[in-house]
Amino acid sequence: MNIKFNYIILFGIPGFILLIFFLGLNTNNKYDTRELVGNQINNFKLIDIYENKTITNLDLKENNFTLINFWASWCSPCRAEHKYLMDLKSQTDLRIVGINFKDKEINAKNYLKELNNPYYFLAKDINGKISIKFGIYGIPESILVDRNLKIIKKYIGPINEKDFNEIIKIVTKL
Amino acid sequence: MKKIILLFTIFLTFSNLILKSENINEIKIFKNIRCLICQGQSIADSNSDFAQTIKLVVKDQILEGKSEKEIYNFLIDKYGEWIVYKPTTNPQNFILWLTPYAILFIGGFIILVIVKKREKH
Repeated sequence: MNIKFNYIILFGIPGFILLIFFLGLNTNNKYDTRELVGNQINNFKLIDIYENKTITNLDLKENNFTLINFWASWCSPCRAEHKYLMDLKSQTDLRIVGINFKDKEINAKNYLKELNNPYYFLAKDINGKISIKFGIYGIPESILVDRNLKIIKKYIGPINEKDFNEIIKIVTKL
Repeated sequence: MKKIILLFTIFLTFSNLILKSENINEIKIFKNIRCLICQGQSIADSNSDFAQTIKLVVKDQILEGKSEKEIYNFLIDKYGEWIVYKPTTNPQNFILWLTPYAILFIGGFIILVIVKKREKH
């Protein structure tokens, strides 16, 4: 009995510690919000840069899917994803709502003049508070929502070809 | 005149206390919110853009009269449980909360068994 107990302590405790180290070292410690899907987007009110009209959560219910894209003219990865946004606009009936993050309006307009405008609606977020309400912590980030405003997918960082194909697959499934 | 001075003193004392408690509350919240883009820092310790914006949102919510719990719930809803340093008590976190007490209990039990055995010998 005594020998058994000592064996348990001798091998059990170091084994447990090793297991914790093994699990800890094999876990991805870089946290992102990619997995936070299924939540509903709360009520919001945004003001358009061009027409000074407002858009609310109710406007997003008109379309099957909406991609809410957070970007800025000073963000270079946003340039990399722009061509995919243009392709999504031309190839699908997906509505893209742009939220211009902590940017100068004139710079945002010049950026879109240069690269073309993929947005159905473009809102400004001067101090970043709106983006916090959408759970954004860096740009570019994009949220794909359905007509019930349920988050289907979150794209942290620039949209790439793989993401583009995935979005096409989701929005053309219906 | 004495009464006025007394009332004024009471008012000053309590207004100071109220202001102090509001400040403490705000800093306490900042210290419990993790800066998602920093290495192991709370938003209270960070000057990053993200931390500054979250501070603005928290301040707004305090002004709106939201409680500490409501503010945490709002942020957890947007960023996940990871955003708060002190995890909430819910069925998913039950093991997390229970494990330290269980380890303490098991450790105490092992020590007790060893001591009893030594006493016997």
